Amino acid sequence: MSEMMKNTLLFAAVAGLIVLTGFVQSWNSALLILNMGLISAIMALGVNLQWGFAGLFNVGVMGFVALGGLATVLVAMPPTQEAWAAGGLRVIVALIAGAATIAGAVLTYKRMPKGRSRTVALLAILVGGFFLYRWLFDPAVEAIEGVNPAATGYLGGLNLPVLVAWPVGGLLAAGAAWLIGKTALGLRSDYLAIATLGIAEIIIAVMKNEDWLARGVKNVIGIPRPVPYEIDLQQDPGFVESASGLGLDPVIASTLYVKLLYAGLFAVVLVVLLVMAQLALKSPWGRMMRAIRDNEVAAEAMGKDVTKRHLQIFILGSAICGIAGAMMTTLDGQLTPGTYQPLRFTFLIWVMVIVGGSGNNFGAVLGGFLIWFLWVQVEPVGIWLMQVITSGMAEDSALRAHLLDSTAHMRLLTMGVILLLVLRFSPRGLIPER
Amino acid sequence: MDFLNAIVALANFVIVPAVAYGSQLALGALGVTLIYGILRFSNFAHGDTMAFGTMVTILVTWWMQSVGIGFGVLPTALLALPFGIAVTALLLLGTDRVVYRFYRRQKAAPVILVIVSMGVMFIMNGLVRFIIGPNDQRFADGARFIISARDFKEMTGLQEGLAIRTSQGITVVTAVVVVALLFWFLNHTRTGKSMRAFSDNEDLALLSGINPERVVAVTWIIVAALATIAGVLYGLDKSFKPFTYFQLLLPIFASAIVGGLGNPLGAIAGGFVIAFSEVTVTYAFKKVLVYLLPESLEPEGLVQLMSTDYKFAVSFAILIIVLLFKPTGLFKGKSV
Repeated sequence: MSEMMKNTLLFAAVAGLIVLTGFVQSWNSALLILNMGLISAIMALGVNLQWGFAGLFNVGVMGFVALGGLATVLVAMPPTQEAWAAGGLRVIVALIAGAATIAGAVLTYKRMPKGRSRTVALLAILVGGFFLYRWLFDPAVEAIEGVNPAATGYLGGLNLPVLVAWPVGGLLAAGAAWLIGKTALGLRSDYLAIATLGIAEIIIAVMKNEDWLARGVKNVIGIPRPVPYEIDLQQDPGFVESASGLGLDPVIASTLYVKLLYAGLFAVVLVVLLVMAQLALKSPWGRMMRAIRDNEVAAEAMGKDVTKRHLQIFILGSAICGIAGAMMTTLDGQLTPGTYQPLRFTFLIWVMVIVGGSGNNFGAVLGGFLIWFLWVQVEPVGIWLMQVITSGMAEDSALRAHLLDSTAHMRLLTMGVILLLVLRFSPRGLIPER
Repeated sequence: MDFLNAIVALANFVIVPAVAYGSQLALGALGVTLIYGILRFSNFAHGDTMAFGTMVTILVTWWMQSVGIGFGVLPTALLALPFGIAVTALLLLGTDRVVYRFYRRQKAAPVILVIVSMGVMFIMNGLVRFIIGPNDQRFADGARFIISARDFKEMTGLQEGLAIRTSQGITVVTAVVVVALLFWFLNHTRTGKSMRAFSDNEDLALLSGINPERVVAVTWIIVAALATIAGVLYGLDKSFKPFTYFQLLLPIFASAIVGGLGNPLGAIAGGFVIAFSEVTVTYAFKKVLVYLLPESLEPEGLVQLMSTDYKFAVSFAILIIVLLFKPTGLFKGKSV
């Protein structure tokens, strides 16, 4: 069986699983899996770019995904005029002052000769800058968060179409990646891992606590959608007519139609990114990246700037994760910083890449779909399994109740087992790198 | 008097909690650093190992409480601790046998082992949530305070009280004992010496007839003990919640790296550096300053540099600063 055949069959099998969900459960859940599968596949592409192409160990995927989500709020929500009047400008000036402080400190450190005067100057800049920043920042934040806190209490966004947020999300994530890459790349590989783990936690902490930015844990709901609302479709006589022409209930038809539109949008993004990643992989640039991954010393001896190339690909991969994050928040229609969990948004993506096949873009995409499908379906299967196991026990047995309650946690266990099994018996994944 | 009050307030809200937290971090970081030194990878499953050990200890504690075994003024969990350590050691030895040994024989790259430890992390996390659930569990019993704030005020007549909780006292005492034992073991026993030799130069150690499997097994047992003790102390001091233990991974790694990965002494120093900076930066100093400054200068705000929600940012910032200026850590660690 040729490789092409095998890969097509693998993709067909995953598609078959999703279609089966449609027949057995409902088409709505099948389309939901498909949509999140598309987003997961994009995230996996991003991680694969970093790990598969360049061997960079990024465990901060969650942070970049969350930044993408933040971008949707900043771009698509209507601005809160009163909040801007209350302290919008002051917050921005404060942030500029903060950035200027750090830039000044870095410049001082680089320009001044080593010695006591430099240390004193550095401390003066940092301490003075910090107090200036807090003096500017705190009243402004209080004023903004005081504006109708139950509904807004934040600056709002730019009121642009939500699709603009997708590339913006990528840019935000790229900016964060530049910052972290500048400091942690070039050090040892596990330091990058710890640094990315940390930056992800910090991004989530900022999004949870800075209410003036995106309402924190109060969540932003009702983010504008790129597709029509179900309720409008149900009231549109043309849509109702064509739905009944297909023999469908208009309510179900409208939910399916909306999900299909999303799937179409996501598929376009995935295909574009996949083609680009594929072209990159086959270009001289891609070959150079793999050469660096396989032997950094040799690549450096050939005159390649390893740290710079690493920074480049780190930024690119993170930007892709940011785009996916913006798409996910668009699909949800709300930003809920409390729901970002590293096990779900960082480590699960890693399982996707490893299981699919690191270094192979199609593998990453396949892994994205497959693992997302399993992640969703392990729970119902687990409940069923537990019911079978516990069927012999007494109805009121405490153990039985506990086992049935705990099935929700089977997911993590299953993902861990899958990851270890693949790493052990098929370390190159389902579709290995060529 | 005001000066004394200021010192007591500082001790009560900064020094005592930071010393306790620092000891817990130090124990955790010692485990990470030992694995790094001997097995040569960063173990991402360490936080969840701590959670697992604590969970076993909690279950045994509950059983002991139900049959009426107690430890007087001390928490029953201390009696249950050996059971927790034993079960965790068995789990880690089993994991090594089933998972890690294969990659060790293959001489796999460290980063592969890190990914493997990620899989182990998933499984342990799932196990813990499966057995005890994802919620908060309290299991501290015995006396709550060594000195309560009120007793202290009555004793000294100061306005500020200094409260030392039993859990904080136990944490520090246990940590000192454990660290002393560990260093005695590493420096004065044959096995400990062979472990250090293995960590310094694997090939040379193998040539001189050290059995690597034995060294690795002993390491896992020690790591199980350290992780369980650190986890139980943290749980007694705060509370047990699987997700918090996963999140401890960041400050623990920061401690180990700041001190110099692979260097046990560094891990302890790193733990205290991280703990003290976290607590100092997130503490509102108003109370202390009120005593120290004349009334006219009294601060209006809380004088808190950062809100407590950003404590991760603190450990992270310190980590980055140390990495930028001293990539091998404060004490000389390995840099592979």
